[in-house]
Amino acid sequence: MRIYVMSVFVDDQAKALDFYTEKLGFIVKHDIPLGGDHRWLTVVSKEAPEGAELLLEPSEHPAVGPYKSALVNDGIPAASFKVDDLEKEFERLRDLGVEFTVQPMDAGPVRMAVFDDTCGNLIQLVEMVEGR
Amino acid sequence: MDDDQLDNVFKALGDPVRRRILDRLAKRPGQSLFEICASSVAEDGRSLSRQTISQHLDMLERAGLVQTHWSGRTKMHTLDTAPLRKAADAWLNKHLKKGSGT
Repeated sequence: MRIYVMSVFVDDQAKALDFYTEKLGFIVKHDIPLGGDHRWLTVVSKEAPEGAELLLEPSEHPAVGPYKSALVNDGIPAASFKVDDLEKEFERLRDLGVEFTVQPMDAGPVRMAVFDDTCGNLIQLVEMVEGR
Repeated sequence: MDDDQLDNVFKALGDPVRRRILDRLAKRPGQSLFEICASSVAEDGRSLSRQTISQHLDMLERAGLVQTHWSGRTKMHTLDTAPLRKAADAWLNKHLKKGSGT
């Protein structure tokens, strides 16, 4: 068994596509119309194009709104991405206008930061520190 | 400060986890629950559940030692030292001043 896709619920798929590709630098893997405004829209990391896909999933289901806002209220990220150099990535994204809710900080075996994906989610960046 | 408030302050302070939360909020004001949990893992070397930390925060809030505000849609926690000063005036200093001068 392998993980091939995980999703984040986004308020607006088109806006999410811009953010996740143009700011974060992911590339589109699948973009399949599903009827209505919905698309099966997945992105992958340039560093691992055959790796797990991130599904940018519409937020329509009535449970999604309360779920997302409860997470954001407590500052909890909906997803976590790994980077080699957190400081560099933090500066790059900040210069692109990405809003960080947690500046880079130590969190045990990792350094981490959290930003707003503009589509209703907080996203965590992690750099592994232990064993580096 | 009345007896109930004084009780709340000393009860809130009567736990090492809560005192460490206050220490960390003093160092960096305006932290979300997630951030407080993350730094407690980093600094205490053991992780407490979010629910446990959340209960500690409730108790600190009741004592007035933690104030909350919203940053966007995220609830942030900050140390308020006013109850400490009031507790000192209401009780601690009564004895400290008597024995002071050393």
